Amino acid sequence: MPSLKDLKNRIASVKSTRKITKAMQMVAAAKLRRAQEAAENARPYAAQMEKVMSGLAASATGAANAPKLLVGTGADKVHLLVVMTAERGLCGGFNSSIVRLARHKAQDLIAEGKTVKILTVGRKGREQLKRDFADHFVGHVDLSEVKRIRYGNARDISQDIIARFEKGEFDVATIFFSRFKSVISQEPTAQQIIPAVFDEPEDSSTMYDYEPTEGEIMAELLPRGVATQIFAALLENGASEQGARMSAMDNATRNAGDMIDRLNLEYNRSRQAAITKELIEIISGAEAL
Amino acid sequence: MADTMQFDLVAPERRVASEKATSVVIPGFEGDLTAMPQHAPLITTLRPGLLEVFTESGSQKYIVTGGFAEITADAATVLAERSHPVEEVTQDMIDEMVAEARAAARDAHPDVVDAAARMLADMVAMGTHIGFEPQT
Repeated sequence: MPSLKDLKNRIASVKSTRKITKAMQMVAAAKLRRAQEAAENARPYAAQMEKVMSGLAASATGAANAPKLLVGTGADKVHLLVVMTAERGLCGGFNSSIVRLARHKAQDLIAEGKTVKILTVGRKGREQLKRDFADHFVGHVDLSEVKRIRYGNARDISQDIIARFEKGEFDVATIFFSRFKSVISQEPTAQQIIPAVFDEPEDSSTMYDYEPTEGEIMAELLPRGVATQIFAALLENGASEQGARMSAMDNATRNAGDMIDRLNLEYNRSRQAAITKELIEIISGAEAL
Repeated sequence: MADTMQFDLVAPERRVASEKATSVVIPGFEGDLTAMPQHAPLITTLRPGLLEVFTESGSQKYIVTGGFAEITADAATVLAERSHPVEEVTQDMIDEMVAEARAAARDAHPDVVDAAARMLADMVAMGTHIGFEPQT
Protein backbone atom coordinates (compact mmCIF):
# COMPACT_ATOMS: atom_id res chain seq x y z
CA MET A 1 0.00 0.00 0.00
CA PRO A 2 1.68 3.24 -1.13
CA SER A 3 1.66 6.06 1.39
CA LEU A 4 -0.15 9.32 0.75
CA LYS A 5 3.14 11.01 0.02
CA ASP A 6 4.03 8.41 -2.62
CA LEU A 7 0.70 8.84 -4.33
CA LYS A 8 1.03 12.58 -4.35
CA ASN A 9 4.46 12.36 -5.97
CA ARG A 10 3.18 9.90 -8.50
CA ILE A 11 0.30 12.17 -9.47
CA ALA A 12 2.63 15.13 -9.86
CA SER A 13 4.96 13.15 -12.12
CA VAL A 14 2.19 11.83 -14.35
CA LYS A 15 0.81 15.34 -14.60
CA SER A 16 4.11 16.68 -15.89
CA THR A 17 4.38 13.78 -18.33
CA ARG A 18 0.97 14.71 -19.64
CA LYS A 19 2.12 18.28 -20.14
CA ILE A 20 5.08 17.08 -22.17
CA THR A 21 3.08 14.75 -24.38
CA LYS A 22 0.49 17.46 -24.90
CA ALA A 23 3.19 19.89 -25.97
CA MET A 24 4.72 17.32 -28.30
CA GLN A 25 1.35 16.70 -29.84
CA MET A 26 0.86 20.36 -30.56
CA VAL A 27 4.34 20.73 -32.00
CA ALA A 28 3.70 17.71 -34.21
CA ALA A 29 0.40 19.20 -35.35
CA ALA A 30 2.11 22.43 -36.40
CA LYS A 31 4.91 20.56 -38.14
CA LEU A 32 2.42 18.27 -39.81
CA ARG A 33 0.70 21.19 -41.44
CA ARG A 34 3.97 22.41 -42.86
CA ALA A 35 5.04 18.93 -43.96
CA GLN A 36 1.70 18.35 -45.65
CA GLU A 37 1.99 21.65 -47.46
CA ALA A 38 5.48 20.75 -48.66
CA ALA A 39 4.25 17.38 -49.88
CA GLU A 40 1.39 19.01 -51.75
CA ASN A 41 3.65 21.66 -53.29
CA ALA A 42 5.89 18.95 -54.64
CA ARG A 43 3.08 17.07 -56.31
CA PRO A 44 2.66 19.05 -59.56
CA TYR A 45 6.36 18.61 -60.35
CA ALA A 46 6.33 14.90 -59.63
CA ALA A 47 3.13 14.37 -61.61
CA GLN A 48 4.41 16.26 -64.63
CA MET A 49 7.74 14.49 -64.47
CA GLU A 50 6.02 11.13 -64.35
CA LYS A 51 3.85 12.02 -67.32
CA VAL A 52 6.70 13.11 -69.57
CA MET A 53 8.92 10.24 -68.50
CA SER A 54 6.34 7.57 -69.11
CA GLY A 55 5.78 8.98 -72.60
CA LEU A 56 9.49 8.90 -73.27
CA ALA A 57 9.94 5.52 -71.66
CA ALA A 58 7.36 3.91 -73.90
CA SER A 59 9.29 4.89 -76.99
CA ALA A 60 12.79 4.38 -75.59
CA THR A 61 12.37 0.95 -74.02
CA GLY A 62 12.54 -0.87 -77.31
CA ALA A 63 15.70 0.88 -78.44
CA ALA A 64 18.90 -1.14 -78.45
CA ASN A 65 20.91 1.37 -76.46
CA ALA A 66 18.17 2.18 -73.98
CA PRO A 67 19.64 3.66 -70.79
CA LYS A 68 20.27 1.17 -68.02
CA LEU A 69 18.43 3.27 -65.47
CA LEU A 70 15.32 2.57 -67.51
CA VAL A 71 15.66 -1.05 -68.56
CA GLY A 72 17.92 -2.31 -65.78
CA THR A 73 21.11 -4.31 -66.03
CA GLY A 74 19.29 -7.34 -67.30
CA ALA A 75 20.10 -9.16 -64.07
CA ASP A 76 18.07 -9.47 -60.93
CA LYS A 77 20.74 -10.60 -58.54
CA VAL A 78 21.66 -7.79 -56.21
CA HIS A 79 18.96 -5.72 -54.60
CA LEU A 80 19.49 -2.39 -52.91
CA LEU A 81 16.91 -1.55 -50.28
CA VAL A 82 16.75 2.10 -49.36
CA VAL A 83 15.01 2.27 -46.02
CA MET A 84 13.78 5.73 -45.12
CA THR A 85 12.76 6.31 -41.54
CA ALA A 86 12.69 9.14 -39.06
CA GLU A 87 15.59 10.52 -37.10
CA ARG A 88 13.57 10.52 -33.91
CA GLY A 89 11.32 8.13 -32.07
CA LEU A 90 8.16 8.68 -30.04
CA CYS A 91 5.99 8.45 -33.10
CA GLY A 92 4.04 5.27 -32.53
CA GLY A 93 4.58 2.43 -34.97
CA PHE A 94 5.87 4.70 -37.71
CA ASN A 95 9.47 3.52 -37.84
CA SER A 96 8.71 -0.08 -36.92
CA SER A 97 6.17 -0.53 -39.68
CA ILE A 98 8.58 0.67 -42.36
CA VAL A 99 11.32 -1.50 -40.94
CA ARG A 100 9.00 -4.50 -40.78
CA LEU A 101 8.14 -4.15 -44.46
CA ALA A 102 11.80 -3.81 -45.40
CA ARG A 103 12.77 -6.74 -43.21
CA HIS A 104 10.19 -9.04 -44.82
CA LYS A 105 11.35 -8.01 -48.26
CA ALA A 106 14.99 -8.59 -47.31
CA GLN A 107 14.22 -12.00 -45.86
CA ASP A 108 12.26 -13.00 -48.96
CA LEU A 109 15.08 -11.90 -51.23
CA ILE A 110 17.69 -13.73 -49.18
CA ALA A 111 15.52 -16.84 -49.20
CA GLU A 112 15.47 -16.62 -52.98
CA GLY A 113 19.25 -16.61 -52.97
CA LYS A 114 19.61 -12.96 -53.93
CA THR A 115 22.12 -10.55 -52.48
CA VAL A 116 20.67 -7.77 -50.40
CA LYS A 117 22.32 -4.43 -49.72
CA ILE A 118 20.76 -1.89 -47.44
CA LEU A 119 21.11 1.87 -47.48
CA THR A 120 19.46 3.55 -44.53
CA VAL A 121 18.14 7.07 -44.43
CA GLY A 122 17.32 8.16 -40.90
CA ARG A 123 18.79 6.92 -37.67
CA LYS A 124 15.85 4.91 -36.33
CA GLY A 125 15.68 2.47 -39.20
CA ARG A 126 19.37 1.80 -38.98
CA GLU A 127 19.14 1.02 -35.28
CA GLN A 128 16.28 -1.38 -35.77
CA LEU A 129 17.82 -3.19 -38.72
CA LYS A 130 21.26 -3.43 -37.17
CA ARG A 131 20.51 -6.59 -35.25
CA ASP A 132 19.60 -8.77 -38.21
CA PHE A 133 21.16 -7.07 -41.20
CA ALA A 134 24.28 -5.25 -40.03
CA ASP A 135 26.37 -7.18 -42.60
CA HIS A 136 24.19 -5.90 -45.41
CA PHE A 137 24.60 -2.21 -44.70
CA VAL A 138 26.35 -0.32 -47.45
CA GLY A 139 25.70 3.20 -46.33
CA HIS A 140 23.74 5.62 -44.26
CA VAL A 141 22.36 9.07 -44.88
CA ASP A 142 22.11 11.27 -41.85
CA LEU A 143 19.36 13.84 -42.00
CA SER A 144 19.32 14.72 -38.30
CA GLU A 145 20.78 18.15 -39.01
CA VAL A 146 18.20 18.86 -41.68
CA LYS A 147 15.27 20.89 -40.42
CA ARG A 148 13.41 21.13 -43.66
CA ILE A 149 13.84 18.62 -46.44
CA ARG A 150 15.01 20.37 -49.58
CA TYR A 151 15.26 19.03 -53.07
CA GLY A 152 19.03 19.17 -52.65
CA ASN A 153 18.89 16.46 -49.98
CA ALA A 154 17.01 14.16 -52.31
CA ARG A 155 19.39 14.95 -55.15
CA ASP A 156 22.41 14.03 -53.03
CA ILE A 157 20.85 10.71 -52.07
CA SER A 158 19.90 9.92 -55.64
CA GLN A 159 23.37 10.84 -56.93
CA ASP A 160 24.84 8.46 -54.38
CA ILE A 161 22.48 5.69 -55.47
CA ILE A 162 23.06 6.28 -59.17
CA ALA A 163 26.83 6.33 -58.69
CA ARG A 164 26.58 2.93 -56.99
CA PHE A 165 24.36 1.69 -59.80
CA GLU A 166 26.84 2.79 -62.45
CA LYS A 167 29.61 1.00 -60.61
CA GLY A 168 27.48 -2.11 -60.90
CA GLU A 169 26.92 -2.50 -57.17
CA PHE A 170 23.31 -3.55 -57.58
CA ASP A 171 20.65 -4.40 -60.16
CA VAL A 172 17.42 -3.30 -58.58
CA ALA A 173 16.75 -0.49 -56.11
CA THR A 174 13.65 -0.19 -54.00
CA ILE A 175 12.77 2.59 -51.59
CA PHE A 176 10.81 2.00 -48.41
CA PHE A 177 8.86 4.83 -46.91
CA SER A 178 5.49 5.61 -45.42
CA ARG A 179 2.81 7.10 -47.62
CA PHE A 180 0.73 9.72 -45.88
CA LYS A 181 -2.97 8.95 -46.17
CA SER A 182 -4.34 10.79 -43.18
CA VAL A 183 -3.34 11.73 -39.67
CA ILE A 184 -4.45 8.38 -38.35
CA SER A 185 -3.36 6.26 -41.27
CA GLN A 186 0.06 5.97 -42.86
CA GLU A 187 0.85 3.21 -45.23
CA PRO A 188 4.33 1.68 -45.40
CA THR A 189 5.19 1.44 -49.07
CA ALA A 190 7.87 -0.20 -51.17
CA GLN A 191 8.55 1.44 -54.51
CA GLN A 192 11.01 0.29 -57.11
CA ILE A 193 13.03 3.20 -58.50
CA ILE A 194 15.75 1.46 -60.54
CA PRO A 195 15.01 0.26 -63.14
CA ALA A 196 12.24 2.80 -63.46
CA VAL A 197 8.66 1.57 -63.51
CA PHE A 198 5.93 3.51 -65.19
CA ASP A 199 2.25 3.19 -65.60
CA GLU A 200 1.20 2.87 -69.18
CA PRO A 201 0.76 6.38 -70.57
CA GLU A 202 -2.89 7.16 -71.10
CA ASP A 203 -2.51 8.80 -74.43
CA SER A 204 0.63 8.62 -76.45
CA SER A 205 -1.07 10.17 -79.41
CA THR A 206 0.82 13.47 -79.19
CA MET A 207 3.97 13.31 -81.24
CA TYR A 208 6.61 15.47 -79.67
CA ASP A 209 9.67 16.98 -81.21
CA TYR A 210 12.70 16.50 -79.04
CA GLU A 211 15.50 18.95 -78.54
CA PRO A 212 18.24 17.74 -78.26
CA THR A 213 17.56 14.09 -79.13
CA GLU A 214 15.18 11.79 -77.35
CA GLY A 215 18.06 9.74 -76.00
CA GLU A 216 19.85 12.73 -74.53
CA ILE A 217 16.71 13.99 -72.90
CA MET A 218 16.10 10.56 -71.46
CA ALA A 219 19.64 10.40 -70.11
CA GLU A 220 19.15 13.74 -68.42
CA LEU A 221 15.69 13.06 -67.14
CA LEU A 222 16.18 9.61 -65.63
CA PRO A 223 18.48 10.72 -62.79
CA ARG A 224 16.15 13.62 -62.19
CA GLY A 225 13.23 11.20 -62.06
CA VAL A 226 15.01 9.16 -59.40
CA ALA A 227 15.69 12.30 -57.39
CA THR A 228 12.07 13.39 -57.74
CA GLN A 229 10.77 10.06 -56.50
CA ILE A 230 13.12 10.15 -53.54
CA PHE A 231 12.15 13.73 -52.81
CA ALA A 232 8.45 12.86 -52.90
CA ALA A 233 9.11 9.86 -50.65
CA LEU A 234 11.03 11.98 -48.15
CA LEU A 235 8.23 14.49 -48.00
CA GLU A 236 5.55 11.82 -47.63
CA ASN A 237 7.67 10.32 -44.90
CA GLY A 238 7.99 13.67 -43.17
CA ALA A 239 4.24 14.19 -43.15
CA SER A 240 3.63 10.61 -42.03
CA GLU A 241 6.12 10.92 -39.20
CA GLN A 242 4.43 14.01 -37.83
CA GLY A 243 0.99 12.47 -38.27
CA ALA A 244 2.07 9.32 -36.46
CA ARG A 245 3.69 11.31 -33.70
CA MET A 246 0.62 13.44 -33.33
CA SER A 247 -1.72 10.51 -32.84
CA ALA A 248 0.77 8.68 -30.61
CA MET A 249 1.09 11.73 -28.40
CA ASP A 250 -2.66 12.20 -28.40
CA ASN A 251 -3.04 8.67 -27.07
CA ALA A 252 -0.31 9.24 -24.51
CA THR A 253 -1.99 12.41 -23.28
CA ARG A 254 -5.30 10.62 -22.95
CA ASN A 255 -3.72 7.69 -21.10
CA ALA A 256 -1.96 10.07 -18.73
CA GLY A 257 -5.33 11.71 -18.02
CA ASP A 258 -6.92 8.35 -17.20
CA MET A 259 -4.02 7.47 -14.97
CA ILE A 260 -4.29 10.75 -13.07
CA ASP A 261 -8.00 10.10 -12.49
CA ARG A 262 -7.28 6.63 -11.11
CA LEU A 263 -4.46 7.87 -8.90
CA ASN A 264 -6.61 10.72 -7.60
CA LEU A 265 -9.33 8.27 -6.65
CA GLU A 266 -6.85 6.06 -4.84
CA TYR A 267 -5.32 9.06 -3.10
CA ASN A 268 -8.71 10.32 -1.87
CA ARG A 269 -9.71 6.84 -0.72
CA SER A 270 -6.55 6.34 1.33
CA ARG A 271 -6.85 9.81 2.77
CA GLN A 272 -10.44 9.11 3.80
CA ALA A 273 -9.39 5.76 5.26
CA ALA A 274 -6.71 7.45 7.32
CA ILE A 275 -9.19 10.05 8.66
CA THR A 276 -11.71 7.34 9.53
CA LYS A 277 -9.04 5.34 11.29
CA GLU A 278 -8.00 8.35 13.38
CA LEU A 279 -11.62 9.10 14.31
CA ILE A 280 -12.16 5.52 15.43
CA GLU A 281 -9.06 5.72 17.55
CA ILE A 282 -10.20 8.99 19.18
CA ILE A 283 -13.73 7.68 19.82
CA SER A 284 -12.61 4.36 21.24
CA GLY A 285 -10.05 6.22 23.36
CA ALA A 286 -12.78 8.47 24.73
CA GLU A 287 -15.06 5.48 25.44
CA ALA A 288 -12.35 3.73 27.39
CA LEU A 289 -12.13 6.58 29.92
CA MET B 1 -7.24 30.43 -82.65
CA ALA B 2 -6.69 30.86 -78.98
CA ASP B 3 -4.37 33.73 -78.19
CA THR B 4 -3.32 32.55 -74.76
CA MET B 5 -2.07 29.30 -73.38
CA GLN B 6 -1.70 27.79 -69.97
CA PHE B 7 1.77 28.39 -68.59
CA ASP B 8 3.07 26.50 -65.58
CA LEU B 9 6.47 26.88 -64.00
CA VAL B 10 7.07 24.26 -61.35
CA ALA B 11 10.07 23.53 -59.18
CA PRO B 12 10.33 20.41 -57.01
CA GLU B 13 9.47 22.36 -53.91
CA ARG B 14 6.67 24.56 -55.16
CA ARG B 15 4.66 25.78 -58.08
CA VAL B 16 6.37 29.03 -59.00
CA ALA B 17 3.87 30.34 -61.51
CA SER B 18 0.66 29.31 -63.17
CA GLU B 19 -1.07 31.71 -65.49
CA LYS B 20 -2.46 32.43 -68.93
CA ALA B 21 0.38 33.55 -71.15
CA THR B 22 0.50 34.97 -74.64
CA SER B 23 4.07 33.85 -75.17
CA VAL B 24 6.96 32.43 -73.19
CA VAL B 25 10.66 32.76 -73.91
CA ILE B 26 12.36 29.59 -72.78
CA PRO B 27 16.13 29.09 -72.47
CA GLY B 28 16.25 25.84 -74.39
CA PHE B 29 19.27 23.59 -74.58
CA GLU B 30 20.09 24.67 -78.10
CA GLY B 31 19.19 28.31 -77.69
CA ASP B 32 16.32 30.47 -76.56
CA LEU B 33 12.99 29.68 -78.06
CA THR B 34 9.66 31.39 -77.85
CA ALA B 35 6.59 29.29 -77.24
CA MET B 36 3.32 30.73 -78.45
CA PRO B 37 -0.13 29.19 -78.67
CA GLN B 38 -0.36 26.55 -81.40
CA HIS B 39 3.31 25.73 -81.08
CA ALA B 40 4.19 22.26 -82.33
CA PRO B 41 4.52 19.76 -79.48
CA LEU B 42 8.09 19.90 -78.21
CA ILE B 43 10.08 18.63 -75.29
CA THR B 44 13.39 20.30 -74.63
CA THR B 45 15.89 20.39 -71.82
CA LEU B 46 16.83 23.71 -70.32
CA ARG B 47 20.11 25.45 -69.82
CA PRO B 48 20.48 27.86 -66.90
CA GLY B 49 19.10 31.18 -67.98
CA LEU B 50 16.26 33.62 -67.96
CA LEU B 51 12.73 32.69 -68.74
CA GLU B 52 10.30 35.44 -69.63
CA VAL B 53 6.55 35.13 -69.61
CA PHE B 54 4.33 37.58 -71.44
CA THR B 55 0.76 37.83 -70.31
CA GLU B 56 -1.94 40.24 -71.37
CA SER B 57 -1.11 42.42 -68.38
CA GLY B 58 2.66 42.48 -68.70
CA SER B 59 5.70 40.33 -68.43
CA GLN B 60 7.65 38.60 -65.71
CA LYS B 61 11.16 37.20 -65.72
CA TYR B 62 12.32 34.13 -63.85
CA ILE B 63 15.65 32.48 -63.53
CA VAL B 64 15.69 28.75 -64.13
CA THR B 65 18.44 26.20 -63.80
CA GLY B 66 18.31 22.76 -65.33
CA GLY B 67 15.17 20.84 -66.07
CA PHE B 68 12.99 20.62 -69.10
CA ALA B 69 10.00 22.16 -70.80
CA GLU B 70 7.03 20.53 -72.42
CA ILE B 71 5.25 22.62 -75.00
CA THR B 72 1.97 21.69 -76.59
CA ALA B 73 -0.50 23.67 -78.67
CA ASP B 74 -2.35 25.06 -75.67
CA ALA B 75 0.10 24.77 -72.78
CA ALA B 76 3.72 25.29 -71.83
CA THR B 77 4.97 23.52 -68.75
CA VAL B 78 8.45 24.17 -67.44
CA LEU B 79 9.96 21.87 -64.86
CA ALA B 80 13.01 23.54 -63.44
CA GLU B 81 15.31 22.23 -60.79
CA ARG B 82 15.49 25.69 -59.29
CA SER B 83 13.43 28.68 -60.21
CA HIS B 84 12.78 32.09 -58.72
CA PRO B 85 11.26 35.34 -59.93
CA VAL B 86 14.11 37.65 -60.83
CA GLU B 87 13.16 40.08 -58.05
CA GLU B 88 13.79 37.42 -55.42
CA VAL B 89 17.26 36.55 -56.62
CA THR B 90 20.10 37.67 -54.41
CA GLN B 91 23.84 37.76 -54.88
CA ASP B 92 24.15 34.89 -52.40
CA MET B 93 21.89 32.67 -54.47
CA ILE B 94 23.88 33.34 -57.61
CA ASP B 95 27.13 32.70 -55.77
CA GLU B 96 25.79 29.44 -54.43
CA MET B 97 24.61 28.26 -57.83
CA VAL B 98 27.84 29.26 -59.54
CA ALA B 99 29.86 27.55 -56.83
CA GLU B 100 27.79 24.41 -57.27
CA ALA B 101 28.27 24.47 -61.04
CA ARG B 102 31.97 25.12 -60.60
CA ALA B 103 32.33 22.15 -58.29
CA ALA B 104 30.39 20.02 -60.75
CA ALA B 105 32.65 21.15 -63.59
CA ARG B 106 35.73 20.34 -61.56
CA ASP B 107 34.57 16.86 -60.57
CA ALA B 108 32.97 16.13 -63.90
CA HIS B 109 33.55 12.83 -65.59
CA PRO B 110 35.71 13.29 -68.75
CA ASP B 111 32.70 12.40 -70.90
CA VAL B 112 30.59 15.22 -69.56
CA VAL B 113 33.22 17.83 -68.83
CA ASP B 114 32.11 19.91 -71.80
CA ALA B 115 28.53 19.86 -70.62
CA ALA B 116 29.54 20.86 -67.12
CA ALA B 117 31.75 23.69 -68.38
CA ARG B 118 28.93 24.90 -70.57
CA MET B 119 26.57 24.77 -67.63
CA LEU B 120 28.99 26.84 -65.57
CA ALA B 121 29.35 29.42 -68.33
CA ASP B 122 25.58 29.64 -68.69
CA MET B 123 25.20 30.03 -64.96
CA VAL B 124 27.72 32.89 -64.84
CA ALA B 125 26.11 34.53 -67.86
CA MET B 126 22.72 34.34 -66.23
CA GLY B 127 24.03 36.06 -63.11
CA THR B 128 25.73 38.82 -65.08
CA HIS B 129 22.64 39.28 -67.16
CA ILE B 130 20.51 40.32 -64.22
CA GLY B 131 23.19 42.46 -62.65
CA PHE B 132 25.08 40.24 -60.28
CA GLU B 133 28.83 39.95 -60.39
CA PRO B 134 29.79 36.31 -60.03
CA GLN B 135 32.75 35.93 -57.69
CA THR B 136 35.80 34.32 -59.14
